[in-house]
Amino acid sequence: MADEVNQAVSTPAPRPQGRSDRPDRPDRGQGGPGARDGGRKFFRRKKLCKFCVEKIDDINYKDVRLLGQFVAERGKIVPRRLTGVCTPHQRRLTAAIKRARNIALLPFAAR
Amino acid sequence: MQRAYEVMFIVRPDLTEEDLDKLVATLQSHATGAGATVKNAEKMGRRRLAYDVKKFQEGQYVLFTLAAEGKAIHELERRLRVAEPVIKYITVRTDEEQQRLEKVRKIRASRSRRPPAEAAAAADESPAVNA
Repeated sequence: MADEVNQAVSTPAPRPQGRSDRPDRPDRGQGGPGARDGGRKFFRRKKLCKFCVEKIDDINYKDVRLLGQFVAERGKIVPRRLTGVCTPHQRRLTAAIKRARNIALLPFAAR
Repeated sequence: MQRAYEVMFIVRPDLTEEDLDKLVATLQSHATGAGATVKNAEKMGRRRLAYDVKKFQEGQYVLFTLAAEGKAIHELERRLRVAEPVIKYITVRTDEEQQRLEKVRKIRASRSRRPPAEAAAAADESPAVNA
């Protein structure tokens, strides 16, 4: 959590180089920090788990469109703290993404 | 012990449609010969691969849904490994996941079946959460 706050505060300043490789949060995330720069003093919407909200039970490795939302540009799995996915669903999501990688539906590392 | 499996495999893109059909048919017959029942064999079509596999950038995906014993799956995997046009395959056991999904659906159905009390409770709850 502390990390998140630091990040939000530091965004207006030029980004340190070391951070450029970090997975970007997906655009379609449900609001939250980063939606607005220096968001600390503003209202921060609680991030909700997409799978809980939309009642998606089945996280299938074949569903590339769904999984693609949780993979950063470089092919990394986006962490829970950025997407708001709950722990049980993140676990299933991770397994599904790894399966999809094995059958060349998703990249291990892009470019 | 029969279990539900999914076998997905990628066939090289330069294989013609008829040859692909032939390959799928032979694999299917091998699977049934090994004691598996093929419930569905679906050609998912051509797709760009996320990374190069055997120097191919594209592939034709095929998905088998089967009920089989481990031995039959083992045999099918061996066939896939040996088959020259098949460049990649994956086997996933699905019965446990299906059971879990059924359970979740049942719970959800039983909840929606008695909506009055539940809905009222939810209505009571949600403003409190938002406030």
